[in-house]
Amino acid sequence: MRFGVVVFPGTWSDCDFHYVISEVIRQPVKYVWHRDRNLADLDCVVLPGGFSYGDYLRAGAVAGKSPVVEALREFVANGGYVLGSCNGFQILCEAGLLPGVLMRNECLQYRCQSTNLLVENVETPFTRGLRAGQVLTMPISHGEGKYYADAPTLAALKARQGIVFRYATVEGQVVKAANPNGSVENIAGVVNETGAVLGLMPHPERAAETAMGGTDGLLLFQSLLGTLVEDGTFLKR
Amino acid sequence: MAGTEPKVTLDLARGLGLTADEYDRIIQRLGREPSYTELGLFSALWSEHCAYKHSRVFLSRLPTRAPHLLQGPGENAGAVDIGDGWAVVFKMESHNHPSFIEPFQGAATGVGGILRDIFTMGARPIAILDSLRFGDPADAKTKHLINGVVSGISWYGNCFGCPTVGGEIAFAPEYAGNPLVNVMCVGLVRADRIHLARAEGVGNPVFYVGNKTGRDGIHGATMASATFDDEAEAKRPTVQVGDPFTEKLLLEACLEAMATGAVVGIQDMGAAGLACCTSEMPARGGTGMEVELSAVPQREEGMTPYELLLSESQERMLLVGAKGREDELRRVFAKWELDAVKIGEVTGGADLVVRHRGEEVAHVPVEALTDAPTYEKSYGPPAWLAERQALEPLCLPEPDDYGEALVRLMGSPTIASKEWAYRQYDQQVGTNTLVLPGSDAAVLRIKGTRRAIAISTDGSGRQVFLDPRRGAAMAVCEAARNVSCAGGRPLGVTDCMNFGSPERPEILWQFAEAIEGIAEACRALEVPVVGGNVSFYNETVQAKGATSPWDSSGGTAILPTPIIGVVGVLEDASRLGTQWFKAAGQRIALLGPDGVSLGGSEYLWTLHDRLAGRLAPLDLEVERRVQSAVRAAVGAGLVTAAHDCAEGGLAVTLAEGAVTGARANGGVGVGCEVTVEPGRRLDETLFGEGPSRVVVTVEPARQREFEALMAESAIPWRWIGTTGGERLIVHASGRVVVDVAVDRIEHAWRSGFERHMA
Repeated sequence: MRFGVVVFPGTWSDCDFHYVISEVIRQPVKYVWHRDRNLADLDCVVLPGGFSYGDYLRAGAVAGKSPVVEALREFVANGGYVLGSCNGFQILCEAGLLPGVLMRNECLQYRCQSTNLLVENVETPFTRGLRAGQVLTMPISHGEGKYYADAPTLAALKARQGIVFRYATVEGQVVKAANPNGSVENIAGVVNETGAVLGLMPHPERAAETAMGGTDGLLLFQSLLGTLVEDGTFLKR
Repeated sequence: MAGTEPKVTLDLARGLGLTADEYDRIIQRLGREPSYTELGLFSALWSEHCAYKHSRVFLSRLPTRAPHLLQGPGENAGAVDIGDGWAVVFKMESHNHPSFIEPFQGAATGVGGILRDIFTMGARPIAILDSLRFGDPADAKTKHLINGVVSGISWYGNCFGCPTVGGEIAFAPEYAGNPLVNVMCVGLVRADRIHLARAEGVGNPVFYVGNKTGRDGIHGATMASATFDDEAEAKRPTVQVGDPFTEKLLLEACLEAMATGAVVGIQDMGAAGLACCTSEMPARGGTGMEVELSAVPQREEGMTPYELLLSESQERMLLVGAKGREDELRRVFAKWELDAVKIGEVTGGADLVVRHRGEEVAHVPVEALTDAPTYEKSYGPPAWLAERQALEPLCLPEPDDYGEALVRLMGSPTIASKEWAYRQYDQQVGTNTLVLPGSDAAVLRIKGTRRAIAISTDGSGRQVFLDPRRGAAMAVCEAARNVSCAGGRPLGVTDCMNFGSPERPEILWQFAEAIEGIAEACRALEVPVVGGNVSFYNETVQAKGATSPWDSSGGTAILPTPIIGVVGVLEDASRLGTQWFKAAGQRIALLGPDGVSLGGSEYLWTLHDRLAGRLAPLDLEVERRVQSAVRAAVGAGLVTAAHDCAEGGLAVTLAEGAVTGARANGGVGVGCEVTVEPGRRLDETLFGEGPSRVVVTVEPARQREFEALMAESAIPWRWIGTTGGERLIVHASGRVVVDVAVDRIEHAWRSGFERHMA
């Protein structure tokens, strides 16, 4: 599977994703500059963490209007996969590729810590290898990760199984104490209608090697690659 | 232009921080009165902050040579070879004065400044560590300072994308009016790709790159070279305003520009901004420089030459390019949407010539600017010291309950968990951090090799206060010991010297003694000092009526606080040491000598409100052997934990071993049961502090091997107990003297600092 890792001015998880894709899951990967519109030779585009354009105005707001993000619409329509983590999730929401918005953490402070994620939807390309109810451990690192959507949006999201991850205890209990940022209903990650666009605040690339403290993040990549292996070809959804 | 400028007089020079002698010396060097702009240049470059006038003669005593040293003091940062073709570049700097005036921006721009020092050398910053000192966290003003400083560091470091992996925070009333914000940064670079801040090659273009220049931070260097008074608040405009996003762009653009090979020399515009770069770069290169100020990108209108030269606007660099390759450089900076403007040239003369709209506003030999006067003033120990040292801590009452005393110590803000601060810092970006904040040293892997580096910062103001020489030597030993506990072989030291006014003999004595102590320890441990920073004038003039606890001269200086940063290398990243107990049933050994003291200890302060007594003896040869033994044991995989005995003594070391890994161990601490020799008195044995001591745990199956290694190492050591259970139990003289639940200790430790910040 051919991966592209997008670089905006101010992106900083680009190298970390690149490393995991090339050195850990050993797939072809290249950087994609924010002005590029040509994504034709890619199967999956990663929008990494960072502070794109300084996150001035609102986190992800400026990047959400960038040429590469505009090109993502056609890329997704053509069956491409998109993984947005941290700032990438914020950008996808700002661009309208995912519903909802990420707001300032409820504690009004930045949070870098380990979190436990309850897997709710195992029908997406990124979670197909997982069990519903499985708990993954991945770190977060953000100041604006409080997911919010209004009631109708939230109802629609639930109705279509759009919530993929919720912050939970290590046993999988979705409780306030396990919510690091005040996200509505502990939402940590959502997908679009087709399931091909996943956004999550946690950092799967930081949980992809034993030396870094865990490999649960790798499961998202392995699920994605599993779809390829299953059919012997790139699976269009 | 000249008509609107103030007339140059001795009074004006004094107002800018120069002395009458210095003013005369300037006239002598120039053979005439300086212009207003020239006076500004001298006042900034001859400030204590830039010129180290009072410290230079002492600093020359530090050992700065080693076979693996690639760059010593005198450049933006130092560098050591870590093997496999890689080098680490590192340095620590203070931003104390700005952080007191405006804690958020002061601390943020402290981070920004040290990051630039690292990436101007061509290295990508991979780790930040902060050593912070504050007054009592229960005090409202101090709380405001802590909040501001921590969020400033968090904001700048996180947005820039460099992980904050360690450091320490300690509290003492002497820092209430002068908090310390010392930031260390470590960067990684190919050993043959280090860039220097030299203006070489006559005719080469001089580029201004990065942020535009505004009126912020003018005379910051001069402000940082004076004692605070009631007017501190009015100095807020001298604090710069940071923009970490632009800094990130500047990083990427500079590294990309360097990769083209078209960068001859480059220097960060830090203290004293353009003035500093345009004089230091040609001074190092043995050249001259001509610049035209009207070409400088400006974000405000009508800036004078004086303001343009002295502005400390952030995120700017001066870059000397290779003639003929200007467009290559311009293209790189344009890609990152940054200004890169040619403002001048390297010249064959030895002068700095500054023009503004074609008119010459300064014409000075660069050497006159960079060769500031140095002072070797007389100094001597303070009269009150002997009395302070004379206190025998064992005259004070023994605690009724040793378990309670331990719980209280674990909850003292200095010892308690600093998670409240470090969870606000991105600790992992770059995916190199193998050991996160909360162990003796941070450990980062070097991708593409089997190696890792270990980093620690340390410095006890109390110990240095009571015995500057031994206290400073102990700081070097402790930082190096922490690195050794992680399995790292110390390669280099950076020192950040925080003191009061050097114009007072007793402060200068503290400084001189501390330098000797650092030098002695570095020689014994065979680690060079690669660079550092001196911050004097950390004093606040007391409000009327208040008297300082330890000085009657009207000013309150901070505790003399040299902060030592040590970087070491691990040949095998998979063989690293952490401080917490891993499992039950492992044997606990105490390595090192018995010599401890309650003098200057955390125990004496927390339980008896005293800062007095004498320090434990320090034998540098024993220190060296203990560190070498610990490294060997960690490197051979013989120990499952290694933890330096520091603040709070043996009892706190064991308690930290029990609780600090609770999260890593899945939520539960690991208790222990040990037996100690009672010594002179139990409080000294349990809470006394002394150098060269390390607690390790060993799996029973590896006991023999471990014993053989210790025998070979020729160090004092003994088994003291076993890990396991849910309590921390200490036996002495056949009875149980401490028996406390681990979760009680953990609660005290977790809440001791955080409860003040809630």
